[in-house]
Amino acid sequence: MLAYALKRLGVALLVALTVSLITFSMVYLPGDPAMALAPESASQEDIELIRKIYGYDRPIMVQYLDWLFRAVQGDFGRSHYLNEDAANVIFDRLPTTMLLGASAITFALLLSIPLGVLAAIRPNSLIDRLALSIAVIGQAMPSFWFALTMMLWFGINWRLLPITGTDSWKNFVMPAIALGYYVTPGVMRLTRAGMLEVLASDYIRTARAKGLRPMRVLFKHALRNAILPVVSLTAVQFGFMLGGSIVIETIFAINGLGYLAWESIQRADLPMMQAIVLVLSVFYIVLTLLADLLNAFLDPRIRVS
Amino acid sequence: MIKRYPFICTAALAAAFGLAVGPVQAGKSDDTLNWSTDREVSVVDTYYNRTRELVVMGHLGWDGLMFRDLKTGEYKPLLATKWEWKDNVTLIVELRTDVKFHDGSAFDADDVVYTINHVANKANGVLTYSNVKFMKDAKKLGSHKVQINLHKPFPAAIAYLAGAVFMISDGHYDNAPIKKDGKKDYGSVKANGTGPYKLVEVKSGDYVLWEKNSNYFGGAKGKPTIGKVKFRTIKEMNTQIAELLTGGLDWIWDVPKDQAERLQAQGKVTVENAKTMRVSYIAFDVDGSSPSKQFKDKRVRMAVAHAINREAITKNMVGPASVVINSPCHPDQFGCTNDVPKWNYDPAKAKKLLADAGYPNGFETEIYAYRQREFTEAVIGYLANVGIKAKLNFMTYRALRDLAWKGQTAMHHMTWGSNSIPDASAITGVFFVGGKDDPANDPEVIKAIQEAGTTTDPEKRKALYKKAMSKIAGELYWLPMFTYAKYYVFSKDLDFKTTPDEIPRFYSAKWK
Repeated sequence: MLAYALKRLGVALLVALTVSLITFSMVYLPGDPAMALAPESASQEDIELIRKIYGYDRPIMVQYLDWLFRAVQGDFGRSHYLNEDAANVIFDRLPTTMLLGASAITFALLLSIPLGVLAAIRPNSLIDRLALSIAVIGQAMPSFWFALTMMLWFGINWRLLPITGTDSWKNFVMPAIALGYYVTPGVMRLTRAGMLEVLASDYIRTARAKGLRPMRVLFKHALRNAILPVVSLTAVQFGFMLGGSIVIETIFAINGLGYLAWESIQRADLPMMQAIVLVLSVFYIVLTLLADLLNAFLDPRIRVS
Repeated sequence: MIKRYPFICTAALAAAFGLAVGPVQAGKSDDTLNWSTDREVSVVDTYYNRTRELVVMGHLGWDGLMFRDLKTGEYKPLLATKWEWKDNVTLIVELRTDVKFHDGSAFDADDVVYTINHVANKANGVLTYSNVKFMKDAKKLGSHKVQINLHKPFPAAIAYLAGAVFMISDGHYDNAPIKKDGKKDYGSVKANGTGPYKLVEVKSGDYVLWEKNSNYFGGAKGKPTIGKVKFRTIKEMNTQIAELLTGGLDWIWDVPKDQAERLQAQGKVTVENAKTMRVSYIAFDVDGSSPSKQFKDKRVRMAVAHAINREAITKNMVGPASVVINSPCHPDQFGCTNDVPKWNYDPAKAKKLLADAGYPNGFETEIYAYRQREFTEAVIGYLANVGIKAKLNFMTYRALRDLAWKGQTAMHHMTWGSNSIPDASAITGVFFVGGKDDPANDPEVIKAIQEAGTTTDPEKRKALYKKAMSKIAGELYWLPMFTYAKYYVFSKDLDFKTTPDEIPRFYSAKWK
């Protein structure tokens, strides 16, 4: 198990290194990074000065190795735009994104797993159709549109919820629903499919024949097995939410990591981008590892293998 | 179902949670003017953050030596009491004796000398050095008298001193923290100006809070009346509008025309369209360095100029405060003249010119743009009418300027804001003095622009600019398009006057 974990960790580090190298070189694709840092009305002379100040006049490899050398010593550099230590900016904004991601995934699971189970128990019934409709709408409806619709009704027309900011838990209600709803269809369909398969299996029939109570059969024997792929999917989706909640963070003016990543790319803020990529890579790796461990905990066959 | 679903779902959730926040208490009720743009602000220093937001905040927190009266265009004393030119490169300035910085220290000649010597020193890395590079240094002549030395005659010096050179206190940056690379971090020193508002708090990327400087001397800016001014970053325009309608914001700008018109029709907020110093233009590949060689031929450039109905774009798309321009400058800038060759909308003539140039059936080309895609799309439509099929390459500003510098664009539709400096040198001095930004590198134009930029006689300057601009417009190195206009939307409680230079003066705003 230790060898397996170490191997996974080594691969993860290589992935993080490769991603950071690609990110570094990609900053030059949309044009001159010095020009991105300069104001629009900057003259050629201003831009040349900025290029020199921020070291963009050096070869890309030199810049990258310089960053890498400092990064392994725990120094992720300073954001060129925000003029703060990149690590401080990330740790300042990470809790907001984590809270948003956790709220969204909680909402998604609370909505999708019961619906998935109900749909599987009564296939082709009204509840199944309703669950399917929710899944189709969630998949088809752009999250920005859903977010703006909620904002219109709950923020402007009824004044029930605050539109922007992160001052209280109420600020997270609309963003969490908007973000979580996007994940709902996948989780629900996976739960439904898993439950349908498990419910048709021999051991469930045996459990029923033994006279076990239906709820016990459903939750202890069926759901526990059907939920395994859902755990993996949830971990991946949670990782996606940490880095990919750009649209929702933008609409609700939430100062989180996704929004910061997007802005840093726009501004060619290399140290900031690199630090974010590294942090998000680590999160992704940790979440995937946790999902594997949880699967192993839930399914004894995985532990044995 | 799609339309009804969010309503039903969210209503059920609201009922479940039993939420109620009520109307947001902001603006007039708590004496705080909340304004927002889409840009993050972290560094609150006019020299180390030259975003438009800091230009606006610069006038809140700091003062220049002079003040430009936007109604008359006249320069008045602000921190100065009077000034005179000793010669073409030496300006003598006498200072007010009743001014204090926000930290309580008195303002005097040492502060002016420190400010100018710091910003004019290229090694200190002021981010828009081109705004301050005209100054060589400053010397103290008395406790409230200084001498500012210029590198060479620079007639726009007063315009720059009024709009882009704010005074900081003596020794302000001396104790700036040292960064890990050993350089001083000037941008992280807490703001300390003399302006009508003083900095209270900055939450990086979130908000910047200013409060009224009760000890402000007044002067040409007048005393502020609103208690606090809070800037907030809200990236999404729809969210800004939602906050404005619910009282979370009092002021926004850059609202798209269609949305502004809808808000105006609702009548809940004040909507105004005001001119800005920004101009739109199309630059051509005059020397044929791009893959499309057609624009080397002046007749093709003339065809483009005759094909586009600039008046219609201005009227229908930009806003009522926008006007068509014929010169490569803003009409409000000193030296800008409309007395240059003009190119009226005449598609038939455009087709004939194309035929004369050897393109009776038109040709295919590319047009590059980065701002207000719809304006460029309108241009493409007009070009298509005469047979020029222009493919749009829409990209970020940096990518486009980079390509333009490399001479790889056949046509690029650009804009320039001149840093709100009301002098033609702020645009022609960048684009027509040779170098990567100059589409033509025409020696005659370069000579005239350079001379106009260093001549102090106003009439001679005007004549030189006219000569250069006539050549630029006549040869169509650029096709000047129109001035930009911005839609401002603000609370009905706010007594706010829009300004023609794209710098809202919140210090003179009042509650009704």
